[in-house]
Amino acid sequence: MSDARGPVKSLVTPTRLEYAYTATGAHAEFLKAISEGRLIGQRCPECRKVYCPPSGACPRCGIATEETVPVADRGTITTFCIVRVPSDVIELKLPYCTANIVLDGSDIPFIALLQECEAADVRIGMRVEAVWRPRAEWGPTFENIRWFRPTGEPDVPVEKLGAWF
Amino acid sequence: MSSTPPVYTAPHVVAFDYRRSLGPVLSRFFTALRDRQLLANRTVRGRVLCPPMEHDPETGAATAPDFVEVGPGGVVTTWAWVVTPRAKHPLAHPFAFALVRLDGADTALLHAVDAGSEARMRTGMRVRPRWRAETRGEIGDLECFEPEDAR
Repeated sequence: MSDARGPVKSLVTPTRLEYAYTATGAHAEFLKAISEGRLIGQRCPECRKVYCPPSGACPRCGIATEETVPVADRGTITTFCIVRVPSDVIELKLPYCTANIVLDGSDIPFIALLQECEAADVRIGMRVEAVWRPRAEWGPTFENIRWFRPTGEPDVPVEKLGAWF
Repeated sequence: MSSTPPVYTAPHVVAFDYRRSLGPVLSRFFTALRDRQLLANRTVRGRVLCPPMEHDPETGAATAPDFVEVGPGGVVTTWAWVVTPRAKHPLAHPFAFALVRLDGADTALLHAVDAGSEARMRTGMRVRPRWRAETRGEIGDLECFEPEDAR
């Protein structure tokens, strides 16, 4: 080998997709609400489940959801994941926890960051609430909610969580 | 909801930098490329593959262990003219993507040909490599091919 750098054993193959994401319909309605500090969902006219964030259709029944309902900014952890692997794009102290949270008034969980507690203390059924950024920083984005944190209320029994899986 | 909700638009970028292991054959190819050499290998039936492969694409049999140098010149076997290059394309001005069969090889390598204009492109044209001043062991070390009959 003439080159002091040694043999080439690997290559970086970057993948980069640049989308211009446009929110309309239910997504836009959700973003407008969260820019005002409110969370909304939509109820399926057939199965009566509430979806938050709403997509405009019920994934179970395959029909349009038109009724908008308010959803609380507190809820219950249905599943969670403790992250122990560092990443260039994440500035959080390890280990931290992401959780699937079903908000009060909604029937489907969504994923969110959990903070202000030890990752080891997180439990399925734990009650959590949104921590909002200062009102002056709000925009049409989910980032208005900095993260969720435990409320200290009693856990919801696991058997009562079954309906969401 | 009676009022029409607003329309929001925002950039959404998904990016991953995968590091891909090359294996014994492509490792040789890219190491040689860094030295501005084009390497090929052979199938057991004697077909010369460039870029080299670990297996004969026709039979699946392992290729022979030795490598041969091919090129540096070659022949365009097919091409497509790019009128408006995009950000990730190898050249910023109009160019051709082409399959180039290097001298001594039986298969062709996909790369860019900087011909200046589409009128200069034709199947069967002779091309030669244009190397970058600094090589790093990647396909971009070979900046592009250019027509052998210099303007």
